[in-house]
Parts: sequence; C-alpha cells; structure tokens
Amino acid sequence: MDHISPVIWQYLVKWMTNLPLFPPEASKIAPQMDALYYFMVLVSLIGLTIVVLLLVSFSILYSRKRHPVAVQIEGSTLLEATWTIIPLGLFLIMFVWGSLIYFRVYTPPANAMNIYVVGKQWMWKAEHPGGQHEIDALHIPVNKPIQITLISQDVFHSFSIPAFRVKREAIPGRYTNVWFEATQVGTYHIFCTQYCGTNHSAMIGQVVVMSPEDYQKWLAESTSGASLAQNGERLFASLSCNACHNGRPDARGPSLANVYGSNLTLASGQTAHVDEAYLREAILNPSDHVTQGFTPIMPTYQGQISEDGVISLVEYIKSLNSNYRVDQTLNTTALLPESEGKATTATPKTAAPSAKQGMVKQ
Amino acid sequence: MEQQVDATTFAMWLFLLTEIMFFGGLFCSYLIFRNWYYPAFVEASHQLNLFWGTLNTGVLITSSFTMAMGVWCSEMRKKSGLVLCLVLTFVLGLVFLGIKYIEYSEKWEKHHVPGFHYSMKSFTDPASDKEVHDKYPDDKALMPDMARHTELYFSLYFAMTGMHALHMIIGISILGFMIFRARAGAYTTGHITFVENFGLYWHFVDIIWIFLFPLLYLISRHA
Amino acid sequence: MSTDTIVRLPDQATARIPKVNFLSKENGLLSWLLTGDHKRIATLYLISITFFFAVGGALAGLIRLELLTPQSDLMAADTYNKVFTMHGVIMVFLFLVPSVPATLGNFLMPMMIGAKDLALPKVNLLSWYLYIIAGIMMLFTMATGGVDTGWTFTVPLSTHFVNTNVITAGLAVFVAGFSSVFTGLNFIVTIHKMRAPGMTWFRLPLFVWSNYAASILMVLGTPVLAITLVLVVLERGFGIGVFDPAKGGDPILFQHLFWFYSHPAVYIMILPGMGVISEVVSTFSRKRVFGYTAVAFSSVAIAVFAFFVWEHHMFIMGVSNYSTLVFSLLTMLVAVPSAIKIFNWSFTLYKGSITFETPMLYAFGFMGLFTIGGLTGVFLASTGTDIHLTETYFIVAHFHFVMVGGMLMAFLSGIHFWWPKWTGRMYPEKISQLAALMTFIGFNFTFFPQFILGTLGMPRRYAAYPPEFQVLNVFSTAGATILGIGYLLPILYLTWSLKYGEIAGSNPWQATGLEWQTQSPPLTENFPEIPIVDHDAYDYEWLERKEKEVTSVG
Repeated sequence: MDHISPVIWQYLVKWMTNLPLFPPEASKIAPQMDALYYFMVLVSLIGLTIVVLLLVSFSILYSRKRHPVAVQIEGSTLLEATWTIIPLGLFLIMFVWGSLIYFRVYTPPANAMNIYVVGKQWMWKAEHPGGQHEIDALHIPVNKPIQITLISQDVFHSFSIPAFRVKREAIPGRYTNVWFEATQVGTYHIFCTQYCGTNHSAMIGQVVVMSPEDYQKWLAESTSGASLAQNGERLFASLSCNACHNGRPDARGPSLANVYGSNLTLASGQTAHVDEAYLREAILNPSDHVTQGFTPIMPTYQGQISEDGVISLVEYIKSLNSNYRVDQTLNTTALLPESEGKATTATPKTAAPSAKQGMVKQ
Repeated sequence: MEQQVDATTFAMWLFLLTEIMFFGGLFCSYLIFRNWYYPAFVEASHQLNLFWGTLNTGVLITSSFTMAMGVWCSEMRKKSGLVLCLVLTFVLGLVFLGIKYIEYSEKWEKHHVPGFHYSMKSFTDPASDKEVHDKYPDDKALMPDMARHTELYFSLYFAMTGMHALHMIIGISILGFMIFRARAGAYTTGHITFVENFGLYWHFVDIIWIFLFPLLYLISRHA
Repeated sequence: MSTDTIVRLPDQATARIPKVNFLSKENGLLSWLLTGDHKRIATLYLISITFFFAVGGALAGLIRLELLTPQSDLMAADTYNKVFTMHGVIMVFLFLVPSVPATLGNFLMPMMIGAKDLALPKVNLLSWYLYIIAGIMMLFTMATGGVDTGWTFTVPLSTHFVNTNVITAGLAVFVAGFSSVFTGLNFIVTIHKMRAPGMTWFRLPLFVWSNYAASILMVLGTPVLAITLVLVVLERGFGIGVFDPAKGGDPILFQHLFWFYSHPAVYIMILPGMGVISEVVSTFSRKRVFGYTAVAFSSVAIAVFAFFVWEHHMFIMGVSNYSTLVFSLLTMLVAVPSAIKIFNWSFTLYKGSITFETPMLYAFGFMGLFTIGGLTGVFLASTGTDIHLTETYFIVAHFHFVMVGGMLMAFLSGIHFWWPKWTGRMYPEKISQLAALMTFIGFNFTFFPQFILGTLGMPRRYAAYPPEFQVLNVFSTAGATILGIGYLLPILYLTWSLKYGEIAGSNPWQATGLEWQTQSPPLTENFPEIPIVDHDAYDYEWLERKEKEVTSVG
C-alpha cells in the first residue's frame, strides 16, 4: 500500500472501523486483502450503477407514453463483445490479484513460530511449543510471523480471525495450516465458522496480541513446566518408540535425527518431504510410510494416542538434531521422578532450558 | 407414433446416462482409495472367488445375448421365441443373483462384511486363511494399519455390487412382468419399443458388471 | 392509465371463461391424481410447492426472530440448528430446484414448442408423486425431531456426531432428486423430439432454452448427489468408512462429491428463472430480446461451465493451492455469461415501448438484485477475498440475493405473467404492484445488512452472536417482516382472483408466444390443431399481421 498516502489510508481505516463496516486491520495481510476488497466494491458499484442507469434511463426514455412504437433490433456483436470482454478482463484481474493474496496467506514463511491449534466440539485448544496450553484463547507477540497448524479431533471446524483476515478449516485426520503476522496490539475475535453441532456458536475465543515484553511475561507465567517437545520425549519413551528408533546402527527403525525437513526415500521408491503432516501420518499409518531399507513392522498408534499426543511427538521429533541426542532418549523415562523408588539412571540433557518434569497433559 | 417411439428410446438413453453418473460417484471413490491403499486392496481382492466371479460374468453376457435375441424375436413377431428368450434372460438373472448370494454368504462367514464383526485376521495372519493362502502364498502379512483398509475395500465391494444387484432385481422384476405380457401377445404386434428399451437397460446393467468385475476381482491376479 | 398498459382484456360484460378447458375437462379427484396432462400436473406442483415454500418461509421467520437478540433466547441452540437446516433443505430441494421447471416449465413448455404434451406424460406424473413422497418424508423428519446437520450434510458431523434424523432426511432428498431427474429427462426429450413443424432450435423462446440448459444439469448432476447420499446413509448406518479418517477414508471426498452436484444445482435453480425474465422483458418492451443468440448460448455455456467449478466451495479446506487457481479461474469464466444476459435484457429495453405491470416490476427487481448477487459471487470466486468472506454472513447474503432476489422474483414474475393463461383470470394489478414493491424493499433491508455482517466476520449458522452484531441483525429482521408480508399477499390475492379476477381472454398481454395464441385456460390438448411455425420468437410484426384470433371452444 505504498502508493496511497499513509495518512489518507489511516483516516479511511479509522473511519471504516468506527462505522462498523470492516473489522480492524490487525495483521500484515489485512490491508492487502482490504485493498482488493475495495477494488471489488468499486467495480461492483460501477457495474451496478451502469446496469441501474441503463434500466432507469431506458425505462424513462422508452416508456410507452413517450415511445409508443418499439423498434425491433436484432442485436449488436460489438456490444456483445464489449460486455463480454470488459467484465471478463475485470474478473481476471480479481482472479490474479486474489490468487496472489491466497498463496501468500497459505504459504507460511520458514521463520514463522508454529502454534498448534486443535479444534474439538466445542473449543479451541492452542498449544505453544514452550508447553503453554490455552483454551479458546491465543496469546501471540506482535510483529512476528506465526503459523497455526490446525487439526480437528472430531468434525470439521474452521478457525477464523476476522481482524487478521485469515481462516482455515480444521479437518479430522490431517493438518492444515495458515499464517499471519499481527501488527496491532489488542484483543480480537476467534470464531469457529464451520457448523459443528450444538454449540457451534459458543466455539469462540480471543486472540490477544501483546508487545514482546508482555508476551515473554505471559509465556513465563503460563508455562506448564514442560515444553511440547519434552512432553513428546516422555511419550516417546512410554510408548516404547525408542525400542526401534534408538539411533543405533542395528536398530529396527530408522534414526529420527534430523529427519524433520529432510527428503526421505521411501521403500516404494518415492521421495517424501518430511513435514509435520508426514510425521503424523508415519505415526498413525506406518505401513504406508516405510523408509527405504526398513521393513513395515511398525505398529500403528491410531487409537492409542490423542491429537495432542501426536503434536507432542511431532514437536519432539523436530527437536532431535543428532544421533547422540537420539541415544540419550533411551534414558528417558515415562515416569515422573517422584513416583520412582530410585533415581533415574541419567539425567537427560534436554535441549530446552528447564528440565522440570512437571504436570503435563497428554 | 413414430415420434413417440423415437422419444421413448431417446429418453431411455438419457436415463442410462444418469445411471452412469450415479455409478460414477462410486467408481470415483473406489479408484481413489485403491490408489491410496493398493496393498490392502490387492489382498482383499484375492479373497474374492475368481471362479464364481468369472461364471457370473459369463452368465450376464449370455443373458445379454438372450435379451438381444428376445428383441429380435419381438421384431420378427415370433411370440414363442420371445417368451423363451425372456424366460432364459430371467433365469440367467436369477442365477446371477444366486451366485452373488453364495459369494456374499462366504464373505459373511469369514467376517468380511464391514460393520458386522469385521475381522482383519485373514490379512494380518494370512496363514490362518488356508484357502486363500494356498492360492496366493506370496501375499505377505499386512500390518494392522494397512490391513484395516481392507474394510474399506469390502465396503466399496458391497456398495458397488449391491447397487448393481439392486438394478438386477429391478430388471428381473420388470422381466417377470414382461414375460406375462409377452405371453398375451403384447410385444409381437410390431410395437417393440418396450422390449427394445428394456433391452438397453439390461445391457447397461451388464456393462456395469463388465467394469466391476476386473476392478474388484482382478487386482494383481497374475500367476 | 389506458395508454400506460398493454393489457387488452375482452369486454368484461360479455366475456366468459371458455367452457371446455383443461381444468373443466374432467372432474373428480382421480382425474387429477391420475392425470397425464402436463398442465394439471403443473397445477398440482404449484399447490404443493407453495405449501413447502410456506413451511420453509415460516422456518426463516423463526431464524430471524431468534437473531433479534445476541443470545440464544428464543429457542435452544439445538432447536435453532434444526430450524436453519430444515429451512435450507426444504427451500433448496422442495422449493427452488423444482419451482420454475415443475410449475411454469411443465405448464408452458409443450405449448411454447407447439406440442400437445410432454414426451412422457406418465413419467411426468411419476415425478410429481416422487416429489410428494419426498415432501412427506421431509415432514416426517421434521415431526420426529428434525435434522440439524445443515443442508450440506457435512461429514463426519452427519455420519457420526448427531442423533437426529439424518437418514430419513437424506433419503427424502434422494427421492426428491429422482423427481428432478425425471422432470429434466422429460424436458430434454420433449424439446428434442416434439417440436411443432417449423419450430427450429433458433425459433424457440428463450424460456425453452433456459429450461433445456437446466434440464441438462438436472439429468447429469443429480445422480451424483444421489450416490453421495447413499454413501452417507451407509456410513451412518453401517460405518463403511469411506468418509472416516480413522478407517482410512476421507471427509474431503464427501465435499467433492456433494459439491459436484450442489454447484450445478444453483444453476438448475437460476436458469429457468432467467428464462422467465427473457419472456417478460420482451413482452413488456414490445421487442424481441436483444441478442437472442447470445442469450441462448449463454444459457448453455452456464450449464457446461457449471460442472467445472465445484471446488470453489472448498477453497479453505486444505485443498492444493494450485487446484484453487484452476477453479477460481473457471468460476470467473462462469460469471461472464450471466453478465452477458443482464446486459442483453437491459438493451432489450432500448427503443422499446415499456410498461410497468407487475411481472415487469418483478423483472426489474430481478435484474438489479441478481446483478448485486452475481457480483458478490465474484468476491467469493477470488480466492484471496474468499478466505475472509467464506463461511460468514457474506455467503448467506450472496446466495439469498441470487436465489431470493433473483430466482424467487423471477418465479413471481412468471406466476403473474402466466396467471391469466393458467386460470383465465387476471390478478388485481394495484395490490400486486404494491406486493412487488414490498418484497423489493423488504428484501434489501433483510439481506443487504448481511453483507456487512459477513465482512465484519459474523459466522453463519450461529444461534448466538457477539453483541456488536446486533444492530445489523435487527435491521435484517425488520426487513424480513416486510418481506414476509410481501410474499403472503400474492397467495391471498391470487386465490381471490380465481373467483373475482377479470376475465383475461387468450392474450391479455398481446404477447408473441404460441401459448398466447390459444385460449385461456388452454384446452387439454393445448391447440385445436398443431400449429405450423413460420416465424421467429418475439416476432411482434407477425403478431400484428395476424388477423385470425384463436377462438375458444364452447
């Protein structure tokens, strides 16, 4: 929006948001989308005006009183061409412009901070990588790109933040994602916009955009003690994943060090890019995702682990950056230190700063 | 009158077009899932009895032949010929349904009917299913997460063959009605439209089977 | 007033309804219930469709009443969910889809092409019975607890997460679908095979072209809905797993299958309405439709393109970004023929001789409101803005503008236009113009605020909403009240006119169609003898030259 004077733009926005016609523009993409929207409104107004003018003026000029005898006209190829090509041209501009915005919204940048949001009847559960959990709320820092990885635990939901102009369906069985960068501190609505049953209209929340200092404060006081990756590590042990995925040369399962982000060759010969969706699928449908050189012996964890558990595991696997690290996990216990009679064999040197194995929900 | 004949035949062809769209949704779903879960679909398909399937195909093709003969008899105004052909078609249709019943009961006994105590044992432990294992010793044991997709195969199997069988039942019922009317001479007076249009319907149901058979029965059956 | 109207009625002192007509030909319930006469079947449809429109309309009233306040205070959330679902299902499948084709189409089409009846009269009657069975099943669904999945039956909600009558509702829609298929099939065969001598394709009235295009959609699209519903019923009843991710199925498959029909469905709904507008605009401008060929081809183009745009209902559902490029582009393309038609109708007025009787008022309403509705469709076709606007009240406003502001206005336009032909009597002009004005004003007050609500972010299908949306909702409900009265009035005065309306004669509008060259109400066999057509559609010069009036029988 460099070519419209920022002053005029601010004035327009202020006027628009005080007269409740538009939600606040609280993200980086919002003004871009609004610009297209204004263009469309303008084109529609002009189009409608033309049609109404034609209808009204012809009705007056050629009413039966003024023009009692009609003149039979076959048509006009020139006019047909005009009103085919001009609307088509305008629509194509909107198509290109809109597609650019669409791709921008659904292509998260690599440096975006990832927050998982699980939708379920009838609440939104947000899971921050540091282990903070929220229900029907989302605290985020201003001016930082945030990616939301969405999934549903039951039916279709749709995660919508009108002030950011973003929306994405939360689907059972697969991850979807969307990203945004909040530009204005404040509190804005989160809605569920896909009808999901009885309390669909109660599945609303608030996104709280905070200054960086406030955000750090919030992080510190809301932590549950263990990050998602730490929780994932304990799940990894309790589900005995490390029986096969232990990073040793004779292991029955491939080492997971640095697997996230890599391009894996599968047993079928195809290559797969390992992202969150792949990891989730590999845990729940392992027979379809066998790494080359290994056999399909991994049992499925479908039904044994919740979506929250899968998210923790995925975050944990993302954090594994060396074979040594993988090896360490053999020492990870699933139990809290207090509940064991003896001390744990070795203290895992985790990547995260505090190793407090506090209360963490699975 | 000729306009009426013309119109009715055109209408029947249009109706068959709607039937193609109807089955199309099922075929589309089948193709997608077969592409996604090929190993499960291969092993599930091996559970179907190739003998019965092939026999049924032969039965249906023959019934299309007898139906076509029936149309010819109607054109030639041969009442007894027409009745014979219609009866043969009727009987062959019943034979088809009978064989389908045999196949369905087999599936029921082996707990391969989705939603009714479905069992994956034949796929996670092929050795337990001697009958199929002897024929296809190379079929490996599937892990449970792949084996459960066999239930999807059978869902589509029953939906597709079930929908086909429903169309067969409707066709056979109409055939029964036609035999009755044919004996009274209704179709051998030069007006063959009804018989001809029914023939179109019957051939269509046959063609659906011709597509179903290789898709469902013949996945990876080479020696 | 006498020069401001083209209405030419016979001398009321001596005029009589023709003694022999399709209504009086036979009497008795069975003669109606076992009829093959397309006009009687159309009458049966008109009564049943009006009934279901009233039911759907009452449900709409309940929705707007609830939304007066932000809280869920008029009814429980579950009840509200059932109300909007039933409103959608009834309005879409039992009103909009059959409305113009089954009533006006059935009644007029054979006459317009110079035929005695449709090609398959018994199939036509079967269509009506299927419609009634579907209607009864739907009423049964409502009486036994309703269904609350939304008219879109989204899985896995509808298959695994609700306790309501999904299966009965789904089967009811299945049956209604077959009614639609048979109507469309009948129309296609009739138009191909039963045209009078001399009635070439390019002499057909545009109403016939529109119904033909809609019939193609009915015939090819509806079976896919049928199989989708079968799969939903199987999934819900037996857990077959095609849509269940836990079993390897895919809920997005349902979306593709459902929208593959449901998008062409909206064109099934609008195309016949556009056909009505062509007829009305021509008659009340005393001119042939501007660009006849363009309008005819646009109808077919819409029908063809309609099949290739369904994914635009799924842009935010995690489909491949590149696929959205394809579907967005195609959706832009499908918008163009509609724009062409609007301009062609506008230019039909150019150098015409225009009068403003009720059908023409509704037609003007259509042209304005459909333009707005169609343009807002482009907002949604563009993927960038769709992200913000989809699943909000913007969508609700968009489809109500095209369906109610468009289709329903066209339906009312057609009913008023052909009422004299159907019943032999005129409707009362003044009150009907008032009703038309009321619906136009009420409509705008009801649905325009919803565009703003959508842009503000208010989601659809919400029983309760944040308080800042209340003002616009109140506006909307106020408008709905006016709209409701506007729709009630025609039911009242049209019924009144059956007994007290002026006798219309065979051609009160001095229109050119073949249906106007025979008596009102028409004979059962439509024409005393099959006409031989030697002129184009909308040939007002031919009309002038015609000396012989078609006399009525008896």
